[in-house]
Amino acid sequence: MTTSPPAVQARDLMKTYPGDVRALDGMGVTVAAGTVFGLLGPNGAGKSTTVKILTTLARPDSGTAVVAGHDALRHPDRVRRAIGVVAQRSGADPVATGRENLLLQGRLYGVRGADLNRRADELLARFDLAEAGKRQVRTYSGGMQRRLDVALGLMHRPEVLFLDEPTTGLDPEARTAMWEEIGRLAGDEGLTILLTTHYLEEADRLAERIAIVDRGRVVAEGTPDELKGELHGDAVHVELREAPDAVDGTLIRTALAEFAGVREVALDGRRLSARADDGPAAVPHVLTALEQQGVAVASVTVARPSLDDVYLRYAGRRFADADAAPEAAVPAPVPANTSGAAR
Amino acid sequence: MSTTINQTWFMTQRQLTAILRQPAYLVITLIQPVIWLFLFGSLFRRVVELPGFGAGSYLDYLVPGVVVMSAVSSNMWAGMGTLEEIERGTLNRFLTTPVSRAALMNANVVQQGISTGIQSVVIVLLGKIGGADYPGGVAGLLILVLASIVLGTVFGAFSNALGMLVRQRESIIGINTFLLLPLTFLSSAFMAPGLMPSWMRHVADFNPVNWALVAGRSAMSADPDWGDVLSRGGALLALAAAAVWLSTRTFRSYQKSV
Repeated sequence: MTTSPPAVQARDLMKTYPGDVRALDGMGVTVAAGTVFGLLGPNGAGKSTTVKILTTLARPDSGTAVVAGHDALRHPDRVRRAIGVVAQRSGADPVATGRENLLLQGRLYGVRGADLNRRADELLARFDLAEAGKRQVRTYSGGMQRRLDVALGLMHRPEVLFLDEPTTGLDPEARTAMWEEIGRLAGDEGLTILLTTHYLEEADRLAERIAIVDRGRVVAEGTPDELKGELHGDAVHVELREAPDAVDGTLIRTALAEFAGVREVALDGRRLSARADDGPAAVPHVLTALEQQGVAVASVTVARPSLDDVYLRYAGRRFADADAAPEAAVPAPVPANTSGAAR
Repeated sequence: MSTTINQTWFMTQRQLTAILRQPAYLVITLIQPVIWLFLFGSLFRRVVELPGFGAGSYLDYLVPGVVVMSAVSSNMWAGMGTLEEIERGTLNRFLTTPVSRAALMNANVVQQGISTGIQSVVIVLLGKIGGADYPGGVAGLLILVLASIVLGTVFGAFSNALGMLVRQRESIIGINTFLLLPLTFLSSAFMAPGLMPSWMRHVADFNPVNWALVAGRSAMSADPDWGDVLSRGGALLALAAAAVWLSTRTFRSYQKSV
């Protein structure tokens, strides 16, 4: 649809840290200009390393990275002028005030004079730090500090903004506030945002496109809906009033399987489950068919697949498990027996 | 070029503001030399009576010793600040901006130089209040202060390099506590070279702390030996240049490990 070149394009990135820790293993990512793109994965999957390479902090062993039209490996200086970075760790000077932090940041990009002051005040107001801007950053709450970090990243009006785990460590209230703020940023004209997160919910809510990262490469990519759609539909669970006998059971399964878009019909005692392309649309048909068979229904639930299901499918393990064992996420191929879990 | 100078100034300003806003730190760095000055001054008051010491009052002799020792002890902690900036993510934040890498390093050197200069001047003034006599006049004192700044640069740069390489507070603390007293006592800081055991005197010839003392004391005397001042001062400058070069190199190795 868009004809403008991508804001970020990385290909075949490889990076091994001392001690043979393979952080990236063929990582590639393309972000269209003006969109919000999410890199989703557990700790140790390679998201932060990717961001460090794209923001010119680190160099890959091999591969290419073009950011805002500039080669990040050959012309890191040009990339630096075009990007804003909000790293995982704050990086604000705790002894300086919020405003002083912003002013210094602007000066490093060559913003001067009246424009410098105007921009700092504008960002302080926008991030609800107008009063706090006069205080030293060490007095800030976690949420305030994070908002200042984002303001620092925006000080020179970048084309591409990198947000590395923007809400990690924030309490739920501050997290919601930050989500709203990022949502508003996404509306800014022309700003491209690359966001990393290990919160499924966050990627689902903020990003237009998501790449699922596991063991240093992208294992799946698409819009949140596409990714969930690839699981082939919603799960429809029906609880029957009483367990049908074997003959009725066969009849029920046959009757349901006739509907287009309904499959994997399974009956286990009183619990009937199926997959449907469009769960809510399938429910009336399912209920009618059951009524015609004379089967009474106790309850019906439709579950949309979550990104957790998507992650399980592509990475071969539950997201929470992968996150709990970041060390295990780096080396070693997938043990053969876990692949059976990804149906 | 002018950008680098501007940026160096912005970054230096940031560091100086940070120091001024931590009064406890300021007070400690100024009180410590006072303690050295008056503790050693009282303890060793009568060593000048030893034949061959060659100074009128021990305080006269002690002031350059304390100036130089304080320059070493305050600069050798520079790596702690660098480490903190690394851990907090501040260094990485600056590295993703277009700020010149030279400006980042130079700011450390300039800030440390200014701090050491102020500290040295304060010690000289305290000595004066205590009754010390400086026959070499302002020129001599200026050379002492310059020598302590250059010596401080050597230790500051090494400390920064160490902080970036080992990234461990314990290593910096260990090395500093190990080095400070031997380096001070293997020099003419508190004892006239003529009264030192001869092996110590030979070791002291290779001790940069002693170079600063020889240059400073000679310039402060009524009849300076400018050859001594130039040779020791030149050696110090060369060493400082090497140390800054080394710390800039380790800066690059840090970036590789990010």
